[in-house]
Amino acid sequence: MPSATSILSVRDLHVTFSTPRGPLYAVQGISFDLGEGETMGLVGESGSGKSTLALGILRLLPLNGKWTAKSISVMGQDVVSMSERDLNSAVRWTKLAYVPQASQNALDPLYRVGDQFVETVAAHAKVEREDVLKKAGTLLEQVGVDPAKLQSYPWELSGGQKQRVMIAMALILEPKIVILDEPTTALDTIIQAQILELFKQMRSFQKLSSIFISHDISVISNIADRVGVMYAGSLVEMASVSDIFKNPIHPYTQGLRESVPDVRKNKPISFIPGTPPDMVNPPPGCRFHPRCPYVQEVCKKSDPPLLPYPGDHYAACHFAERWVKQ
Amino acid sequence: MGEAIAVSQPRGSGPILETRDLKVQFKLKGGHKLSAVDGVTLSIVRNQSLGIAGESGSGKTTLGKTLLRIQKPTTGTVKFEGRDVTKLRGKELREFQRSVQMVFQDPFDAIDPLFTVFDAVTEGVRVGRIEKSRDKLEAIVSDALKRVQLSPPEEFIHRRITSLSGGQRQRVAIARSLAMNPSVLVLDEPVSMLDASVRGGVISIMEDLKKSGTTFVTITHDIATVRFFTDTLVVMYLGQVVETGATKDVVSDPLHPYSQALIAAVPVPDPSYHVKSLAKGEIANAAAPPSGCRFHPRCPYAQERCRVEEPKLREVRKGRFASCHFAQ
Repeated sequence: MPSATSILSVRDLHVTFSTPRGPLYAVQGISFDLGEGETMGLVGESGSGKSTLALGILRLLPLNGKWTAKSISVMGQDVVSMSERDLNSAVRWTKLAYVPQASQNALDPLYRVGDQFVETVAAHAKVEREDVLKKAGTLLEQVGVDPAKLQSYPWELSGGQKQRVMIAMALILEPKIVILDEPTTALDTIIQAQILELFKQMRSFQKLSSIFISHDISVISNIADRVGVMYAGSLVEMASVSDIFKNPIHPYTQGLRESVPDVRKNKPISFIPGTPPDMVNPPPGCRFHPRCPYVQEVCKKSDPPLLPYPGDHYAACHFAERWVKQ
Repeated sequence: MGEAIAVSQPRGSGPILETRDLKVQFKLKGGHKLSAVDGVTLSIVRNQSLGIAGESGSGKTTLGKTLLRIQKPTTGTVKFEGRDVTKLRGKELREFQRSVQMVFQDPFDAIDPLFTVFDAVTEGVRVGRIEKSRDKLEAIVSDALKRVQLSPPEEFIHRRITSLSGGQRQRVAIARSLAMNPSVLVLDEPVSMLDASVRGGVISIMEDLKKSGTTFVTITHDIATVRFFTDTLVVMYLGQVVETGATKDVVSDPLHPYSQALIAAVPVPDPSYHVKSLAKGEIANAAAPPSGCRFHPRCPYAQERCRVEEPKLREVRKGRFASCHFAQ
């Protein structure tokens, strides 16, 4: 998927975890480009590999995780062969920041919010404490948190405030790219709406490119320019947000779209029979085939590659042509 | 809040469960009190399904626990078939405990890994010594599994709980309550934690339960799914009911500004629609609720009157109740 203005480009990323039951193939050869200024929504169910993909890009995998990639290029710089030290000083946080899942719990309860800003910056750049705090105060104001909260402990903040603090912290070294992993999942609906609105303001204000990970396709429809749909460790479809919702190609995307209620409509919702596969023993061929309503013999034997279709639309299905809008 | 909320009642059958001006207060350090539930009156009518929706801190979980007699009311009453549940003893108490069943959100998180579906579904029946013979127990399990669409039951009955997926476990959780042949089921977030592709399966079970006349109460923050399987919806804010009415009416045309904000904030699978945060700020501390209307600091329409005068729950339209000075 070449793109002239790609700011992050990933080629053939694999991540495997060693588990007591054998290797778990969490991410299986993912390639994509993130365009400058673009928000890519990454959607998939639990265990589909979305978070592992993010951790793989940042090379922050747990010890039992092994990764390989042809290339991972961040703003034109290949990070595959980079040392941990160089990654920390030249890439992580300065170019590419990360807001982890359940990040409200990522704040250390024993340290004041301001100290956590200082510590985060110290890991990646040389900036004076006073300057960090000044910058942090400005950012907190922008994300709608009273800068006086720099003196507070995390447990004195609500869930929504902590999430705002985490977003401010991700932006402290002015990265160009931010990966947010389920940033609204633990929040109440109204607070989620506030954070989504905040993120939209911040990304245009700071000219951010971003990957927004969510299990909730409705949240993704609200925030993303382009959507990558993950299933069992692979990208099965990638297209503009309007194509994903109006002209989905992959049967999994179609099924997922129909499984989600629309509060405005009294339309019955359906579901995809079966459950996502065990990634220690994934099914052969297309990993969606045991649940696919259109399954044929070929699907049980051969794994379909992600191929391009008109309109910058990619899908991994042997019968994609059937659903391509002419 | 003295008036009973009008849940349309079939003639000649009183509510199975009802609360009257229910208050639950918790004592905090320094003599402060937190009113988790503050004057809730509602009826759960036979063959009807009721949804209780609200954000964290709304008091919905405490209300649910009080219905189940897990939490004692500070004042007010919970009645089961006309009798005060706190006064039930002996045989009556056991009958209540069998009749009102709670379905927890994935209750098998910390389960004995050796438990089979049979063990899980029959646990209540065995512990309550309702049925002992293996054949009858198997018949009960088989029937309960069919009702939650785990079929054929033979395929699931001897499987270990740990080998099931999240959606299947949630079905077993519902089946184990159904096995007690309850008159009311109280479900805590029955579908919102499930993955999208399997959530619809559990929603369809809930719809079937509704059609078959099972009486249930669903406690949830997820107003988008609750419309599929509840007749009546109660929206709670800071321990109080702010709106109630037929679910489809409340969801499609909410009257209280809080319900409006809650529904406008629900994301929908349509890129041309964007969520709106109509309510400012966050839910207040229940230990120090705002004066007047509790929602006023967040309300986009707040007036001076809202700051000083607490609105009563009133019938704004036929069968539709809201506690807002300006709802119409």
